[in-house]
Amino acid sequence: MSVPPFERFYEEQQGPVLAQLRSMLGRDAADDAFQETFLRALRAYPTLEHGRYLRAWALQIARNVALDALRRTRVTTAEVPDLGSVDEPLPYEEVRRLTADLPEKERAAVFLRYGYDLSYEDIGTALGSSPEAARQAASSGVRRLRRKELP
Amino acid sequence: MTVSPELDRRFRDAAAAEGLLDVAYELHDTPVGKLFVAVTPRGVCEIHYDADPDAEAERLARLFGTRVLRSPRPTDEVRRQLDEYFAGGRQEFELELDLGPAREFGRAVLDQLARVPYGELTTYGTLAERAGRPRAARAVGTIMNRNPVPIVLPCHRVVGSTGSLVGYAGGLDRKRTLLELEGALLGG
Repeated sequence: MSVPPFERFYEEQQGPVLAQLRSMLGRDAADDAFQETFLRALRAYPTLEHGRYLRAWALQIARNVALDALRRTRVTTAEVPDLGSVDEPLPYEEVRRLTADLPEKERAAVFLRYGYDLSYEDIGTALGSSPEAARQAASSGVRRLRRKELP
Repeated sequence: MTVSPELDRRFRDAAAAEGLLDVAYELHDTPVGKLFVAVTPRGVCEIHYDADPDAEAERLARLFGTRVLRSPRPTDEVRRQLDEYFAGGRQEFELELDLGPAREFGRAVLDQLARVPYGELTTYGTLAERAGRPRAARAVGTIMNRNPVPIVLPCHRVVGSTGSLVGYAGGLDRKRTLLELEGALLGG
């Protein structure tokens, strides 16, 4: 299956990509991420060797762009819901710092759950897994954090 | 989920501004119908009558690379010059062309074609002669028929030795319209 002209790829994937970005970032930030997603796709497009799984490829790029955007965001006033063993709510930046050493998937799940208060369904969409897998990644991340000494 | 026209336009502009496109194209309304106009970073690569944009995008992707996108901005200059031509205010196009891989003789014929002045007619035989193959009038006809950038390369100015219009990839009506516009067919 040969690689289609970018125009066709863009027409076919723009809807699903925008839906995913909005579920992860909200409407305004999703607009910026939309452009960045397709620019990244365009840069990588000549390296594609076939036209299979293009939907999955597009959503993977969108997910990476959204996670980058979440990492860059500075929301110092955000309060974090109950993180299990922690007594006081942690500021957003603190969640970032605490989760920095977790494995990527757990880090993203904990961060999206406690830093962003996303539902497991949304986190699942963001990470390309089921809600149940997202819940497991978050709780295993929290367990891992509990085993470490919190400052 | 529907992408807003504004968001769509922003991406199409950015893709071109970042120099990421192998081919940018746009559809353009003219007195001879809607034209499919395509450019590469090196110049105009295609003008097409009655195009099926999806099929053209496929074809251009095979010739120039897969990053083919409808993106108006890079085609602005050629569309502006086409507008001026149809308004009667432009007799020569000032555009770089990117004709892709063409055979040597085909290239020689297109070079000669580019020199046929506004409002003047020439014949297939004359072009063949000027391109160095005087007996190749029929081959010149084929090359005219496949001219990738009609109007800009004026194959409409090429007629049979008896003065008959012979043929045109966009249809004889359009050939006649262009020649009348240029004043080449007085009362014709």
